[in-house]
Amino acid sequence: MSTPISLRRLGKGQKAIITSIAAQGELGRRIRDMGLVPGAEVSIIGRAPLQDPVALRVKDFTLSLRNNEADFIEVEILEPKPCSAP
Amino acid sequence: MQRPLTIALAGNPNSGKSTLFNALTGAHQHVGNYPGITVDKKEGRLQGVETDVRVVDLPGAYSLTAYSQEELVARDMLALERPDAVVDVINAGSLERNLYLAVQLLELGAPLVLALNMMDEATKRGLKIDSAKLGRLLDLPVAELVAKKDVGVAELARLATDYAAARAQNPGPWQPLSISYGPDLDEVIAEMTAAIEAAGFLTERYPARWVAIKYLENDSPVMDEGRRAGDIGARLEAMAAKAAAHCDATLKTYPEAIIADYRYGFISSILKGGVLTRDDRLDRIEVSDKIDRVLTHRFLGPVVMLGVLYLVYKITFGLGRLPMDWLQAGFAYLGETATALMPEGLLRSLLVSGVIDGAGGVFSFVPLILIIFMLIAFLEDSGYMARIAYMLDRIFRVFGLHGCSVMPFIISGGIAGGCAVPGVMASRTLRSPKEKLATLLTVPFMTCGAKLPIFILLTAVFFPRFQALVLFAITLAGWAAALCVAWFLRKTMITGPSTPFVMELPPYRLPTWKGLCIHTWERTWQYIRKAGSVILAISVLLWAAMTFPGLPDEEAARFDAAKAEIAASLETAHAGDDARAVQKLTEDLGTADNERAAAALRNSLAGRAGTSIEYVTRLAGFDWRTNIALIGGFAAKEVIVSTLGTAYSLGKVESEETTPLAEQLAADSAWNALKAVSLIVFILLYAPCFITVIAIARETGSWRWALFSTSFNTALAFALAVGVYQVGTLFGLGR
Repeated sequence: MSTPISLRRLGKGQKAIITSIAAQGELGRRIRDMGLVPGAEVSIIGRAPLQDPVALRVKDFTLSLRNNEADFIEVEILEPKPCSAP
Repeated sequence: MQRPLTIALAGNPNSGKSTLFNALTGAHQHVGNYPGITVDKKEGRLQGVETDVRVVDLPGAYSLTAYSQEELVARDMLALERPDAVVDVINAGSLERNLYLAVQLLELGAPLVLALNMMDEATKRGLKIDSAKLGRLLDLPVAELVAKKDVGVAELARLATDYAAARAQNPGPWQPLSISYGPDLDEVIAEMTAAIEAAGFLTERYPARWVAIKYLENDSPVMDEGRRAGDIGARLEAMAAKAAAHCDATLKTYPEAIIADYRYGFISSILKGGVLTRDDRLDRIEVSDKIDRVLTHRFLGPVVMLGVLYLVYKITFGLGRLPMDWLQAGFAYLGETATALMPEGLLRSLLVSGVIDGAGGVFSFVPLILIIFMLIAFLEDSGYMARIAYMLDRIFRVFGLHGCSVMPFIISGGIAGGCAVPGVMASRTLRSPKEKLATLLTVPFMTCGAKLPIFILLTAVFFPRFQALVLFAITLAGWAAALCVAWFLRKTMITGPSTPFVMELPPYRLPTWKGLCIHTWERTWQYIRKAGSVILAISVLLWAAMTFPGLPDEEAARFDAAKAEIAASLETAHAGDDARAVQKLTEDLGTADNERAAAALRNSLAGRAGTSIEYVTRLAGFDWRTNIALIGGFAAKEVIVSTLGTAYSLGKVESEETTPLAEQLAADSAWNALKAVSLIVFILLYAPCFITVIAIARETGSWRWALFSTSFNTALAFALAVGVYQVGTLFGLGR
């Protein structure tokens, strides 16, 4: 198993499993309401033209969040293994 | 007579809930507002069943927490009205996440019917759902449907009605679902539940266990109730705090997070037992992702978006222009007819200048609002609006706004010639309250179509060689002002962190005509109904301010005498067949009328106000004539040109044909380029026209913000205009 990294650093097309979510309050609740909970599988669909926000796939739907919101989420990469920096 | 059954419709945004509501109720629906807030309240009668069933459409929500008005409204309606059945509309394509709301509804004890919508999409994506098994496991009725194609809707209607009727027969207490939240929380939940039951706290509204869970979730409305109830609130808060400390110490997490984990765990345990199976052979890369590769592409994305935004603007004002002109012409004709039929006097003036012009002002906007809402509904329903927000969020966030703010700005005149009324109304696409408020308070700074005639006039007179350039600069200045003020407001009055952007990017879908039409008509009708009466009243008030008290008797007599003299000479000239004299005297007669109108205007309430504040407005270079025109501009910015014309004794100056006024200004030594710039700055920024003010009051749900926007904008505009004028004078530009 690779060490957890921030969701922000996940590259396009990479798949990962959420290991922890550090967000509290409104942000934490919105993140959880949308199905981002530890154990959920996410993959990066793409990034907005200015590299922020990011679009990801989780539980059969697409969702976008800002990079500074993605910072609260730690993931473990499933595939492909990290090769070069995104 | 029996009480009609009530069925509530709940569901996530983008689950096709409105489509289902339209299919269930047909055109028989009623849209209102929940008191004090701007969340729509939709109700209708169920079609196709014999029983009288009331259908209430709850606002779309992902959860039953209390963070958004929508969620609170949904929760309160369920708790207070106790519908006989709650239909939870579920997007079958993302069953797992959609069930998160269903579980919360069950925990509240709602008599739930699951409506698995968009079954066709789910099947296409290789998802197989055993809905009978899902119903057995959750012990509730489940229906499969495709609301858009009217498949399964009638069956659902019957199922829900039967279920509601059965519930109404035995109206026992709701049976809440109780799921385990693990060893760390179950114990404290049990203790809290016992305490809540013993104190009878909120038990008439919510299940005791639900209230306990809300305490662990830090739900502020419930906790506020607890504080009001006294001792019990403090005790529950202490228990919740202890549980939170325990979770933090042993698991490094929060009760809220544990609760969410267990809810999803409960859902996946249900789905695992053969309810949901996937066919992995099907190509999982969806059409939607392929479209997104182009539409949100790094370079192509913004280009397409600019094109779409420009097209929205073009269609609205290109297509809207024609019916708008017809309506205006119609009202003008009505005014002329009334003028011709009625004797001269106050009543005629009231009817023509107050009532007919006011009503014309309201109705001439209807085509624009109709078209803009049709287009916005299309962009929203198709899923593209979410992409616009996605692509622009990075830019607008800097100013404390949201990616969705772009649409209101463009419509209001971000491309010169828009209109702030539909712009303010378009701000309802923003789901984040702070960003929405900052957006709708700043859209009036844009160069709307009504400000254009006076800008074109002033630039033509004072910057004839750079007219296009100056007009473009004015448009940019509008953007700059709007963004800076938004930034300022978000730093001072509408503070707080930005609303999380966490937003669904729904798959692209082709909207249905029926949905678009119903949506558009609702909005337009609301505008006509709510705005109409107020606008008419203010229009009459402004008419009175510019008419009364009229000329003093001796002055009126002097004008009458002078006019009678000219008329007498004209008669003689006619008798003597002196063509040149007739022409000259006719002109004199016109001049006398215009002078009289100018004198009457100066003597009116608005005129006196304009004159009395002249010593202040001199600082920005405005004389009493300009002041009156600006006061008139509060009715509608087009009025500035015509009022200025009257004040300069030029008679009726049309905003399309301003040559006499332009000649007057060019020749007048009191006018110069600096004064023109100062006036342009002021007109660009000062109080929105009152139709916009009313739209702001409607959208914010309070007159406070409407008043704020009137006074703040005027103060800002005046300060900047004075700045421009004084600095310019200092550098000797005012000559």
